[in-house]
Amino acid sequence: MSTGALPRTRRRAERDAAPAAARGAQLGHGRFTPWLFMAPYLTLFGVFVALPVIYGLWISLHNWDQFLAEKPWVGLQNYTDLSTPGSAKAEPFWRAMLATGLFTALSVPLLVVLPLFVALLLNKRFPGRTFFRAAFFAPYVLGVAVVGVLFRFILDPNVGALNYVLGQIGLPDDTPWTTAEPWVWVSLVGMTVWWTLGFNTIIYLAGLQDIDGQLYDAAEVDGAGRWARLRHVTLPGLRPVIVFVITVTLLASANMFGQAYLTTQGAPSERTRTAIMFIAEEGFNDFHLGSAAAMSYVLALFLMALSAGVFFLFRDRKEARA
Amino acid sequence: MTRTTLRYAALALITLLFLSPLIWMILTAFKTEEESALSPPTFLPTAWTTTAFDTIFDSTAQTPVFRWFLNSIIAAFGMGLVVLATAAPAAYALARMEFRGKRLVFAAIVATLFVPPIIFLAPNYEIVAALGLLDTLPAVIFPLAAGAFGVFFLRQFFLGLPRELEEAALLDGANRWQVFWRIVVPLSRPALATLFVLSVLTNWNDFLWPLYVLLNPENLTLSPGLALLQNANAVDFALLMAGGLVATVPVLLLFVAAQRYVIEGVSRTGLKG
Repeated sequence: MSTGALPRTRRRAERDAAPAAARGAQLGHGRFTPWLFMAPYLTLFGVFVALPVIYGLWISLHNWDQFLAEKPWVGLQNYTDLSTPGSAKAEPFWRAMLATGLFTALSVPLLVVLPLFVALLLNKRFPGRTFFRAAFFAPYVLGVAVVGVLFRFILDPNVGALNYVLGQIGLPDDTPWTTAEPWVWVSLVGMTVWWTLGFNTIIYLAGLQDIDGQLYDAAEVDGAGRWARLRHVTLPGLRPVIVFVITVTLLASANMFGQAYLTTQGAPSERTRTAIMFIAEEGFNDFHLGSAAAMSYVLALFLMALSAGVFFLFRDRKEARA
Repeated sequence: MTRTTLRYAALALITLLFLSPLIWMILTAFKTEEESALSPPTFLPTAWTTTAFDTIFDSTAQTPVFRWFLNSIIAAFGMGLVVLATAAPAAYALARMEFRGKRLVFAAIVATLFVPPIIFLAPNYEIVAALGLLDTLPAVIFPLAAGAFGVFFLRQFFLGLPRELEEAALLDGANRWQVFWRIVVPLSRPALATLFVLSVLTNWNDFLWPLYVLLNPENLTLSPGLALLQNANAVDFALLMAGGLVATVPVLLLFVAAQRYVIEGVSRTGLKG
């Protein structure tokens, strides 16, 4: 910086380049270089991420039928329709939200606990460990479309392999896995556990590796048994990982679509039609994109409240303990 | 000793549960249409046949499965490349350059990671339609490639690289592009490979979006294609499982070949996400 610089320019220069950054700024790039580097991504980001967040809101304020030239402004009507009990939109929408809620409540506990046990089984070094790890993770690599049609076939009440196997071992062989409650829920949760257990397991395994081995040694010296070590070393050490797994699994379950779309197809009588499924039907089968957009925002609000809830729940406890 | 036995017994049981649906898919794919719908089912095909695969490669069939396969390949690898080409330079700028608005740009990008994806369904449909991309492969490449994950992931990685090499090159008169292309990119091969593989998997397995933006049976990718196969009047389970197999084998091979990248990518981003 030249000594002759005017105070104002100098102040601006200081503001532009924080001290730590001065080095980098000197080893210079032009003013536009960073923007050139970012331009391709920012174009995509602007068109398909930033714009839609606002545009969706705009759509939700209209009676938006893609095949009609007129898309009249309706204000908040798409939202008030949802909060009017007994309105044609409210009833099926909240039923779909309830289906999503039920699926989430049933699947998340299993998907948080079972992978933890599998991860504990896999945590020690032993021959074959890599094979088992890969075998459990493999289903996660499949798409939900494959998982959906595969289980639609396996769970078929008439020709499905599951009922046949159950019959062979002396259990009922005519369970309506894809067409009647409560079996549809068992099916949806079961196939989801099969599909995603490996993902949570891998995350737990990484978390387990970060726990200081000396803590286990110390616990053992203190006479802690296996259970005590799990309770007082493993679980506290995994705490942030568990919170992460809960959050990710909650959101994934609340966004469930493919399994119900393909395997139960909403049966029986739309009881397993999830929120996302209903929004997609509303928007693309009934061409009510405006109301579908409004429903998307309502669902999104729930999802964000949910993750905020998890965050605060676990944060508060931690502070209380400290 | 008994504990080891117990561990192996438990693991073997879970493995059996986990692999049997996949084995069933493979066995069924090699049965005839009639045999695949028998009740009670046969375990092994009575006569191994490739009828289902013949239908897949039959370009005159109503359901051009092989065409879907090619479409899926183009979309998935296309998206992998688009993600690398756009996210890497952007992440480099955000990790290593100083400019006004940097924090704001990065915060805006990261904030969108927390926006539930359902928000994008309706507006992106309209945007894709307005761009004339409805029912084309770019419709299933670009919106997905715009996600913030790649930039976030690579920026973290770039920040962890030692600065010295880059600074030496800059002192020697290299410009930023040369530093990025000749030093940062080669040093980042593992991270770039991880991001590429994760992008390919994401795109290959995406279902909801392609189901509604790809319309003509000719233009589908495998995921919506499988839904179409299943919704046929009389489901041909052998063909359905063969289609499932075609949708599975490439990602399974990719997973086996790049297992280290996938698992490390998942666990690392899992922990840092």
